[in-house]
Amino acid sequence: MASLRKIARRTFLIGAAAVAGGVAVGYYYYRKPYPNPLEGELAEGEQTFNPYVKIGADNTITVIAPRAEMGQGISTTLAAFVAEELEVPLDLVKVEYGPASYAYYNATILEEGAGYNFWDDSFAAESARALMMGIGKMLGAQGTGGSTSARDGFDRMRQAGAATRMMLVDAAAARFGVRANELTVENATITHAASNRSVTYGEVAADAAKLSPPSTVVLKDKAQWKLLGKSQPRVDMMDKVTGAPIFGIDVRLPEMLYATVRISPVFGVKPVRSDTSAAEKMPGVVKIVPIETVYGSGFGVIAENTWAAFKAAEAIDVEWGKPDYPVTNEGVMEIIAKAAAEGEATVERDDGNVDAAFADAPADKVIESEYSVPYLSHAPMEPMNSTAQLKDGELTVWSPNQMPVLIRWFCADIAGVPIDKTTVHTTAMGGAFGRRGELDYAIYAALMAKETNGRPVQVTWTREEDMRHDCYRPASVGRFRARIGDGGPEAVDMRIAAQNMVASLTSRWFPSLPAGGPDPAITDGSRNQPYTIPNYRVASVEASLKLPVSFWRSVGNSVNGFFHESFMDEIANAAGADPIEMRRKLMVDFPAALAVVNKVADMSNWGEKLPDGKAKGFAFTLSFGSWCGQVIQVADTPKGIKLEKMWIAVDVGMALDPSIIEAQMFSGAIYGLSAAMSQEITFKDGIVEQSNFHDFDAMRIWQSPEFEVAILENFHRMGGVGEVGTPPAAPALANAIFALNGKRIRSLPLNKEVKFA
Amino acid sequence: MRLTVDGKPLDIDVDPDMPLLWALRDVAGITGPKFGCGVAACGACTVFVDGQPVRSCSLPVGQVSGEVTTIQGIGTSDNLHPVQQAWIEEQVAQCGYCQAGQIMSAVALLDMIDNPSDEEIDEAMGGNLCRCGTYPRIRAAIHRAAVLKTARS
Repeated sequence: MASLRKIARRTFLIGAAAVAGGVAVGYYYYRKPYPNPLEGELAEGEQTFNPYVKIGADNTITVIAPRAEMGQGISTTLAAFVAEELEVPLDLVKVEYGPASYAYYNATILEEGAGYNFWDDSFAAESARALMMGIGKMLGAQGTGGSTSARDGFDRMRQAGAATRMMLVDAAAARFGVRANELTVENATITHAASNRSVTYGEVAADAAKLSPPSTVVLKDKAQWKLLGKSQPRVDMMDKVTGAPIFGIDVRLPEMLYATVRISPVFGVKPVRSDTSAAEKMPGVVKIVPIETVYGSGFGVIAENTWAAFKAAEAIDVEWGKPDYPVTNEGVMEIIAKAAAEGEATVERDDGNVDAAFADAPADKVIESEYSVPYLSHAPMEPMNSTAQLKDGELTVWSPNQMPVLIRWFCADIAGVPIDKTTVHTTAMGGAFGRRGELDYAIYAALMAKETNGRPVQVTWTREEDMRHDCYRPASVGRFRARIGDGGPEAVDMRIAAQNMVASLTSRWFPSLPAGGPDPAITDGSRNQPYTIPNYRVASVEASLKLPVSFWRSVGNSVNGFFHESFMDEIANAAGADPIEMRRKLMVDFPAALAVVNKVADMSNWGEKLPDGKAKGFAFTLSFGSWCGQVIQVADTPKGIKLEKMWIAVDVGMALDPSIIEAQMFSGAIYGLSAAMSQEITFKDGIVEQSNFHDFDAMRIWQSPEFEVAILENFHRMGGVGEVGTPPAAPALANAIFALNGKRIRSLPLNKEVKFA
Repeated sequence: MRLTVDGKPLDIDVDPDMPLLWALRDVAGITGPKFGCGVAACGACTVFVDGQPVRSCSLPVGQVSGEVTTIQGIGTSDNLHPVQQAWIEEQVAQCGYCQAGQIMSAVALLDMIDNPSDEEIDEAMGGNLCRCGTYPRIRAAIHRAAVLKTARS
């Protein structure tokens, strides 16, 4: 019954927020679950109050933002949570990532794993979410992903700021011999106006740290916010425009060696014959070591500089094993297509009676389509890398990563060092998009640190190695049919096949565990969209392939956004309906969705008569709890199709930083458009054919449309931001191309069928 | 081998075939220019040689005859270049990894054209890839930098 009590408490809190404005919460929950990891690393004169705040005697205030900064701006928003309640402006705050620690568990990352629709507030859905959050806490899962960081930190980190402020004020009150409520707080200074006395936080920090944390804190009402809800200058901007050494690849340590890897490009095999002697003799080469891990097998090359390591890795003479999967891309795609056609399905949504609706459907009222999308690489700008040092029985890892607790665990195991002798420093990341949720780049560094007699070693992959050793966005094939009714669909039936991402991940991280059940991500973005259709079935089919696959910005939504919204456009066309007018009817039960659609229609002047050679396309996806509609306008030009302008309306429930949200919306859209226009990963002889940005390019500035973004706050629950711009981008573009030239493209990338300017 | 980097002399003993990028990063410890592709396809490694933007990942250090300028040589946090200032005002960077190269290309563009059009920006910046998709703000920041630069001179 413990979870029942938790649910009751949650419900009460939501109610209290709505009624009273301020939220009173029990603070014990945040004092106790894990020890404060900052206690072991305080500087002289520095005090810590909880895992999120350190204050120095010199009034230096350090806020821990324990989610990975990969470009999404999260360090700024998390710091603002604490600063808001601590009553300090952001420019007075030093922001650090903090150590890998269970104290920084991400509960929300598992919350939506419960599998309920975002709009479902039923007792069952809330119970399941609370249970999943409890699991996240128990696992101490300090992860960044699933567009969860702001949602997860919103209460916890504001409470940490408020509790700290209260302790500082109590200490000042004791020093002045006055009551706490006679004091005011501004800019890290506590003032007693009546006696004209003031002290800085730093001056009372030592006294305050001796006090017990308050058992209850009262958070500010939204109307009192000074930082939250307003665009803040990003805390990482100065470093990023001056070339500061903040990334993993910028780590420089005394006596450091440089290294790279050459891992089998055929997945899951080892070298069958190799000769490293020529490579070992090359100038600057220190050592070549064999690598055998769950991620891949091959060689590590340790040298005096990265370039020497790259050259030597290339010079290794090696023959790899043969793949145990199809040797052609057609063979791979055929397995997925066959699964979509006849594989055993798991029904994930089943409204009405789909079979009956099709049984008596007149042939001219039924449309059927097959869609497909390719494998994709994450390809962040900073290639995979990590730095490690094993010295005097202690392992230290510097790694741009999304999963520090897991990295610590795996690296400690590989280096044969206890976890408590292993430290992980998470650096800023030159992009990640899900790629740095894997562990290979850190594991290889830990392995090589065993070979360097205590010297640190930085392992940097070539772009080619990075492109050919990703855990890819799985390819997918969908088979859809619809019965067309009056102005829209009477029935929709979707079967979607792809590799099971969770099973792929489990095989790498916990190979002894059973594979588990069906992967709900296969239909994520199709099974859970806010449409009311009388007969509506969405089923997933697992394609049996062992290629390494994982989470790529927006995960299943990146696939299903394209499938679902392209097919909706086909249905509208078959029904003779305007695509947006049809959505308005289907979304009538979902006011948040409807408001987004109306907003983006208004912004883009949808329905206006366009000159010949121009057209607009629309798509909508609800993902990560945010409701996103996009309209893109394209033009036929002598050089090809030009993307002129995209309008985006998004309901995020609560907009914590409009500038960062706007940036994430066009960032997500450009990421999706890049993939839609030209990206695919294909296999030949078991090896990824693409190797660098010449054959896996992304949108360039000349291809980028203008953007106009509107942020809405109608829905009652906060949604994510980092991924929600991606899913509707591909279908909006494909639908615009259909409107432009009548060509319905059902397979990505689009540049196989049309030319882009 | 003697180079001049960001106005300072730099003596290094390296294979002349080593790309300038790795001589800067691994030998001289100047990490502002970034490694992205190694084949001059992404622009993250862009530096100036005698004021001309080059892709340092593909230029052998032995062929460098002129003065090298990196992101660390065009401005500092207390003395920002107008392009860096504009980048802050427009809040351009997301992950930030490509931005050293983007800023160097933008500086080179504004050295050639005082007030570039969107078309001229698109043409000059096309070799600099950004996976976060900061392009809309890059365009805005270059327009703003043009104004800031003119005001300063």
